[in-house]
Amino acid sequence: MTETTTAPSGPSGPLAKILTPSRASGLRTSGTTLASSLLAVIIALGISAVMLFITGKDPVTAFTTIIDTAQNTDKLLEMMRRATPLIFSATAVAIGFKMNIFNIGVEGQYLFAALMAAEAGSHISLPGPLHIAAILAVALISGAAWAGISAFLKVRKNIHEVISTIMLNYIALSFIQWLFNSFFRDDSVEGLNIKTTIIEESGRLPDLVEGRLNSMFIIALVVVAIFWVVVYRSTFGFKLRASGYNATAASTAGISATKMTVIALLLSGAVAGLVAMQSVLGETHAYGPSATPIQLGFAGITVALLGRNHPVGIVIAALLFGFLDSTSAQLQLAEVPNSIVKVMQAIIVLTVVIVNEAAVRRTNIKTAERARAELAAGSGA
Amino acid sequence: MSSTPAVELRGIGKRFPGVIANYDVDLNVRAGTIHAIVGENGAGKSTLMKTLYGMQEPDSGTISVEGTERRFKSPGDAISAGIGMVHQHFMLADNLTVLENIILGSEPGRRGIIDDTQARTRIEDIMSAISTDLDLDMPVSELGVGERQRVEIVKVLFRGARILILDEPTAVLVPEEVDELFVTLSSLVNDGATVIFISHKLDEVLQVSNDITVMRQGTTVAETTPENIDRSGLAELMVGSELPSPAGRTSDIKDDVRLNVENLTVMGVEGRPAVDGASITIRSGEIVGIAGVEGNGQYELCAALLGLMPSTGTVTVDGADLTKATTRQRHDAGLAYIPFDRHREGLMLNAPLWENTLLGREDEDQFGKGPLVDAASIRAYTVDIIKRFGVLTPNETTPAFALSGGNQQKLIVGRTLTTNPGVLVAAHPTRGIDVGAQAAVWDEIRRARDNGMAVLLVSADLEELLGLSDSIAVMFDGSITATLNPDDVTASELGSYMTGAHEEVAS
Amino acid sequence: MSTTSISTPPTSISLSPRMRLLSIGLSLVAVMSVTRLWTGFDNLTSSGTIGAALRLTVPIMLAGLAGLWAERVGILNIGIEGMMILGTWFGAFGAWKYGPWIGFLFAIFGGALGGLIHAVATIRFNIDQVISGVVMNLLAFFGVRYLSELVFVGQPQGGISQSPPQSSAIPKVDVPFLAGGPVGSSSTPDALGWLEERGWFLIADLAGMTRGLMSGLSLASLIALLLIPLSAWVLWRTSFGLRLRSSGEAPEAAESLGVNVIRVRYIGLLISGGFAGLGGGFLSIISSSYYRQGQTAGRGFIGLATMIFGNWRPSGILGGAAVFGYSEGIKLVAGGSITGLFLFIFFVSAIVGLISLLRRQMRRGTTGIGVSVIALIAYLTVDEVPESLTQSLPYVITLIVLATASQRLRPPAKAGVPYRPGGAH
Repeated sequence: MTETTTAPSGPSGPLAKILTPSRASGLRTSGTTLASSLLAVIIALGISAVMLFITGKDPVTAFTTIIDTAQNTDKLLEMMRRATPLIFSATAVAIGFKMNIFNIGVEGQYLFAALMAAEAGSHISLPGPLHIAAILAVALISGAAWAGISAFLKVRKNIHEVISTIMLNYIALSFIQWLFNSFFRDDSVEGLNIKTTIIEESGRLPDLVEGRLNSMFIIALVVVAIFWVVVYRSTFGFKLRASGYNATAASTAGISATKMTVIALLLSGAVAGLVAMQSVLGETHAYGPSATPIQLGFAGITVALLGRNHPVGIVIAALLFGFLDSTSAQLQLAEVPNSIVKVMQAIIVLTVVIVNEAAVRRTNIKTAERARAELAAGSGA
Repeated sequence: MSSTPAVELRGIGKRFPGVIANYDVDLNVRAGTIHAIVGENGAGKSTLMKTLYGMQEPDSGTISVEGTERRFKSPGDAISAGIGMVHQHFMLADNLTVLENIILGSEPGRRGIIDDTQARTRIEDIMSAISTDLDLDMPVSELGVGERQRVEIVKVLFRGARILILDEPTAVLVPEEVDELFVTLSSLVNDGATVIFISHKLDEVLQVSNDITVMRQGTTVAETTPENIDRSGLAELMVGSELPSPAGRTSDIKDDVRLNVENLTVMGVEGRPAVDGASITIRSGEIVGIAGVEGNGQYELCAALLGLMPSTGTVTVDGADLTKATTRQRHDAGLAYIPFDRHREGLMLNAPLWENTLLGREDEDQFGKGPLVDAASIRAYTVDIIKRFGVLTPNETTPAFALSGGNQQKLIVGRTLTTNPGVLVAAHPTRGIDVGAQAAVWDEIRRARDNGMAVLLVSADLEELLGLSDSIAVMFDGSITATLNPDDVTASELGSYMTGAHEEVAS
Repeated sequence: MSTTSISTPPTSISLSPRMRLLSIGLSLVAVMSVTRLWTGFDNLTSSGTIGAALRLTVPIMLAGLAGLWAERVGILNIGIEGMMILGTWFGAFGAWKYGPWIGFLFAIFGGALGGLIHAVATIRFNIDQVISGVVMNLLAFFGVRYLSELVFVGQPQGGISQSPPQSSAIPKVDVPFLAGGPVGSSSTPDALGWLEERGWFLIADLAGMTRGLMSGLSLASLIALLLIPLSAWVLWRTSFGLRLRSSGEAPEAAESLGVNVIRVRYIGLLISGGFAGLGGGFLSIISSSYYRQGQTAGRGFIGLATMIFGNWRPSGILGGAAVFGYSEGIKLVAGGSITGLFLFIFFVSAIVGLISLLRRQMRRGTTGIGVSVIALIAYLTVDEVPESLTQSLPYVITLIVLATASQRLRPPAKAGVPYRPGGAH
């Protein structure tokens, strides 16, 4: 059934195919997205300034404090450290978004994965890299399993994933608390900061910059790169995006919507499982209610939206939010309420989503007009 | 009946970019009559009706209602003039009751509170005037199609319409419902209203109308009455006394059967079969055309063949039983599909052309390098398709939405034909494609056919149907009612079968 | 529509839907009564539990109504949680400064503000409705922290995650004669309380449940409950309501009949936000006396579930909310000794399972029997259900309810479908 085609010219080999740059119109769309996002961020900052002003705080102080923080190298490292879990979280969400599936359950998935991975890791004894790999594997599987519940409910019981993932977030908190308190808690250690048994040396991921940035950051970038390759360059990724573009056309072409939904949710959950691994492998070496950071699931949604579900966008957005988060201490000192940071982030996301939607619509109209013009000009073909 | 016509159209013309939908249309509807407008798909009937009920303004010509010249800038204007439209696709809210659907937007009552009694009285008066009865408290979703139609009729009457336009009212009705509708229409007319109805079902038109206007290719070609014409005469007027002559069809049909469909039944709405026990056999090198007015089961037939809709019966391709196969498996077995609705079923509008080519073919070896997509090769392949099929586009990375409909169609035809299918199911493959390119596409199809491909061709374009098909099966109401030879079928014969006649003896 | 009763098949006595509901209700109470007598778990039907249940039902019910008003206009409102959060904050603020009733007005305002933002984003800018809702939640969550930092920090008992207490509370009443409420200055007998104490089968339970609705009753709760019939009346008996519903069922048809669908949708979302805000206000004014971060605890989403389970009707929402309120009430009152609930579940599922099997509904029958077996085992083996697990009860129930209820649901036909005016055909 296949027909032979003429061989394409240019570099051959798999790497070359990955690196083949996208063509003109693709870049144009990215350009629009970047420009409109910048515009949106500026608008959002404006809104935040107004908010600060009408509530009696000085926007100038706030912004200068933020900018000053950027001069500090330590702070830049902190930015990358904070960005790491956000990258994982946003990637997990973005995988779903590519298929118009909303995985709001990253929060529950990653906390569950963190508990399981930390507990499993504390009982294993393996040489270094294997130990770490095992912990990561448990995290991936646990995250996928928890997301799998939502997948099952969607495919079999027709429950929208937004509600099921949110419910499972709350259920996860409950379930984790029970598991932790009943079985996994390490009572041999004194103090209020209770955790699971500390993982031994072989299961710890070394720092990139001692005390400041863990190697997990590199793994995050690797995962994003894999996300990019899989979603934008692989056959599976194509099917995923096709179902997102036009579900009817995709199923007419033979792509199974059910299969795609399940796989997308499982992958999303698996990546979600890595969100707290920086903490578990690199910082606290355990899971604990006060030791493991929370709220990262929801933060991931905002980063994914801000990054327009694109790998590069996600990294930039994660760094931006990581940076903003790192300014909270300075803001405190300058007597600016540091909760403004989170509000700014939410406003930024809302503005970006709105501006982007308008911009994309405009660009589409322009593209169509341009195409028609080009054809009219060069007609005769 | 007064002598002033209820509606008079003179010289109506309407054009859209690239297409003349109506020109020189004259229509004279006597007051208090049932006036039928007949014509094929594309004859310009719907455009004319949209003009009449205010959805759009004509480019030229005049509209007179009861002697007064009018201009309609919106459906509201038409309603004020007493014209009400009952659409073919009902504008009803399924989950609301009959009563609620009727009064929506014109609710009787004071200070915002609905006066239930007043509403019911008025509606009941209307219903008795047209000899119909509806359960006002039933949700519309539970009504049969005929009843829903009557709700639409009462809806327009509730707003004071005296001239009703019905667009293909019997298209979705079973015989009993058709009879009920005709009773309603007669009562309406007895009550002093005027009815204009559009149809392609000639038996019904002859049965119930007082006057008939025939439209063909955008203009009115004849005015007559049931007393002055018979079925075949009407069919001939509709289709044109000359059929396009097939352009030198040579065919070489082999013996091996490539597609065998037996007793295919597909359930449609209301428990009625959309396809009712259809059987088709197509051999290698053969093209079987399906003629028929849209909506008689053609879509469901194709969808069932591709595994997109559940069905009973058997489907065999090259000897392999595909009855239980998934769509992807059917593609792999050599079945290909050019869909009815290119936007909904065929294209990812926001994606570049080359990704659209890849759709459904992601797993092919030539387009992949392991698990990765070989973008360069698929792009080159797309460039080939663009050249070969004359797709007008700046390049292969242009998003599909930027192309005109015809060029989108060309891409779809190209990407499908280049898979070298064993059996091609093609639904109006050249819809929207300009005349020059049409011939090129037909050549491609013929070339593939000469290489052994079997084709099931569904089309409303008679030139296409007659020019390509080796035999023509006519579908009406879900069944294949006739099998005709394109070489010696006459216009009236084809028209007759398409509009409901049944083959007397197998020929 | 045909109705059948729960009496022995194959002969089925047909009852009107109301009678059927009544008989199911009575049977349930009877089963609860049996469980109570068997296990000594008095709290199953006590007035204390029901009273708590009522207080817990109202916010969920209001959240459900918020979802209803939005989806009936055709817009998914996942942001109810966020609007409730705004309601808790603004309500507490108003109650602290001006007293509880003004607090409620503030709460409604806060929620409506959220509704407006969601409306502009989805209607004017055509953002995906789910995304807008999710962002709304985050905006509200962090927004109120910021506002708290500005306003509550430094105030007595105030801080970034809680507000100072309300300046006064709305009085709670006891119904005279039935629940011992005073008439004038003299006290009256507590008839229902007396009956409840006797412990007689069925009578004590009914008395207890009724008394729960009549003692410690907050005026605000009463008013809130009235919003259910009010919503029903407006939606089904007024022009405004009909046009509102048509905007969610068939916006093209509505538009073709002259309804301004866009304007109607804006109004619907404002009302939706207002309801959510009111629900939040309830949490910070009635259920407690101050704002506390996390007060809403997902009730916005549970409200959405009641809307789905209640088949997008106010009465259904009340029923669904009552189920959740009851389960939360039991959890509150009983804590670990919730094992009695297992026995109750055993009885109910066994009965449902047996009846289904007799009616030849094999799947439902086997599921029912299966559940009853699990419940029985749970009852016999589990001594005390850990607190952390009971916390998840409402969320698990939500999922179970949604999983089993998908059959006869009738959502507004075009809810969630973006609408562009003049875009018919």
